[in-house]
Amino acid sequence: MSSQIYQKVRANPRFADLAAKRSSFALLLTAIVLVSYYALMMLVAFAPDVLRTPISQGGVLTIGVPIGAVIIIGSWLLTGLFVRRANGEFDRINEEIIREASK
Amino acid sequence: MINTRQLLTIGGLALCAGLAFAGDAVGEAQKQPLNMTAIAMFFVFVVSTLGITYWAASQTKTTSDFYTAGGGISGFQNGLAIAGDYMSAATLLGLSALTYAKGLDGFIYAIGFFVGWPVILFLMAERLRNLGKFTFADIASYRLDQGKIRTFAAIGSLTVVCFYLIVQMVGAGQLIKLLFGLDYPIAVTVVGVLMVVYVTFGGMIATTWVQIIKACLMLFGGTVLLFLAMSQFGFSLEGMAQKAVETHKGGISIMGPGSLMADPVTAVSLSLGLVFGTAGLPHIMMRFFTVPNAKEARKSVFVASGCIGYFFIVVCILGLAAIPIVGTNPEFFEGGQVGGKILGGGNMPVMHLAKALGGNLFLGFMSAVAFATILAVVSGLALAGASAIAHDLYARVIRAGQASEAEEMRVSKLSTLALGVVAVVLGIMFEKQNVAFLVGLTFGIAASANFPVLILSMYWKGLTTRGALLGGLVGLISAVVMVILSKAVWVVVLGNAAPIFPYEQPALFSMPLAFFFTWLFSVTDSSARAKTDKSGFDDQYVRSQTGVGAAAASAH
Repeated sequence: MSSQIYQKVRANPRFADLAAKRSSFALLLTAIVLVSYYALMMLVAFAPDVLRTPISQGGVLTIGVPIGAVIIIGSWLLTGLFVRRANGEFDRINEEIIREASK
Repeated sequence: MINTRQLLTIGGLALCAGLAFAGDAVGEAQKQPLNMTAIAMFFVFVVSTLGITYWAASQTKTTSDFYTAGGGISGFQNGLAIAGDYMSAATLLGLSALTYAKGLDGFIYAIGFFVGWPVILFLMAERLRNLGKFTFADIASYRLDQGKIRTFAAIGSLTVVCFYLIVQMVGAGQLIKLLFGLDYPIAVTVVGVLMVVYVTFGGMIATTWVQIIKACLMLFGGTVLLFLAMSQFGFSLEGMAQKAVETHKGGISIMGPGSLMADPVTAVSLSLGLVFGTAGLPHIMMRFFTVPNAKEARKSVFVASGCIGYFFIVVCILGLAAIPIVGTNPEFFEGGQVGGKILGGGNMPVMHLAKALGGNLFLGFMSAVAFATILAVVSGLALAGASAIAHDLYARVIRAGQASEAEEMRVSKLSTLALGVVAVVLGIMFEKQNVAFLVGLTFGIAASANFPVLILSMYWKGLTTRGALLGGLVGLISAVVMVILSKAVWVVVLGNAAPIFPYEQPALFSMPLAFFFTWLFSVTDSSARAKTDKSGFDDQYVRSQTGVGAAAASAH
């Protein structure tokens, strides 16, 4: 039974559209997370002095601290963004496609 | 002071391996006097979790209830449980110790362990849920040859589970000796017995709740300690950092990147192994099958990564706070010599911090949480191992799908019991061994054998049974060989002068090998089986994207 539905879903152009949209969104977010992480690692390896810059004159906290925090908090916010769009917009389209295919 | 290489190892091992560090850095822990507060609090935890197990047993009727709580765990609950798995006692101890010794390096390290989670969400969570049922072999064998792939995946899972169990057991024994003052064999046996009770009676429902409770305790304990620590510095991070710089022997240098990146290859290899090894751990993947659908699976990663990120930041601040508070107090050094050896070993700063700020009561609480953590992790492992034996090997391969539900249940419970016995016996045998190499092995195998097969089966149409088997085997063998030739085994265990493989983590090298050979043996595969393998992809693709035909939640 499933196999017939699968065929119908595949035949629906909206399915290819949804899959492409969701994948490119996921890949974009993955790229943002990994690029920012490996950029930090490159700074650590090749330009550590940048990270030793103090945040404020006379202070000891360096910009390495907020940069790290931004990567952790920022990538967590991106997971929130992804869940919102995938569970909302994408799942709505998904349900419509399934409903059309089960008719 | 501990050198960088050791710290890298400790930090990494600690984070990835639960309590691996305990075998390595705490070494043979000095037995402490009985800590009655800690024991009493742990007793409360055990009694309440046994109560939950009793309730869970009445809910566990089918194999689906047993392996995956009938898919009836909510995304939020599952998120806490995943976080519980990742926020191990070792994260708390290892990461804070790293920050205590190295400052900012510890924080940079923590980021590497965090970024894997968003990636798992974006690329895997939804497909895992839509394709899987009880084990990750369900996914890999969706269109590939059932018998062969399941056998391979089950062996991969069991190897990982057994090594990881040994590591946990040895770590548990050492840590409990140190924190509770109990004898090593008693500690190991208590862990083993409780694990078997939770899993055989309560299955995934009990295991999940043990994880959730433990995650909440850990977040609560960390937050209270953070509050106490910040209050010492007028709630100013800058104030805390200034005191730390004044008292740390590294001075201002601790606020910038230090010696961590002296060996970037090891750091990157470790981070790769952690990110993709985590995604290849059977007990982590299993968590994605406990929620009713892909929606909840996504939510669970959001919740989990929020908790993990918060916890990592808190733990690093605690490590920083320990520099001025613990690092200047003679009470916490052997022989009262400030700057000498820390009482109980290099991983103890956060425990000493708990004592300095919250007294014996709070130290007892944190110790009990650490013990609870070990129990939660070994229970998840035992369940993953039991499902590989009972579901993959017994029901699907040996009985070729003909086993009844009751038979499969019985085998899974017997497997749990057997795993418990194996874990206790091996735990006691390995007491005096250095088990650090098992960690490299566990994550190397998970990242190089399980993960490539899993991800390619989900994403690449061209994957064939032959490619998956041979490529997975290359990953498995290369990871094992590289670990054997590395310092942890070649020098420390076998007593040779210098390691042949200069890095401690194989992932950077063994993963590409596995991917390359999986590709090579797949594209050159022109057998009839290969055609079937590829033709199954289209249906699998629709199911992975839409969830049509996915294992549904059982109604409770």
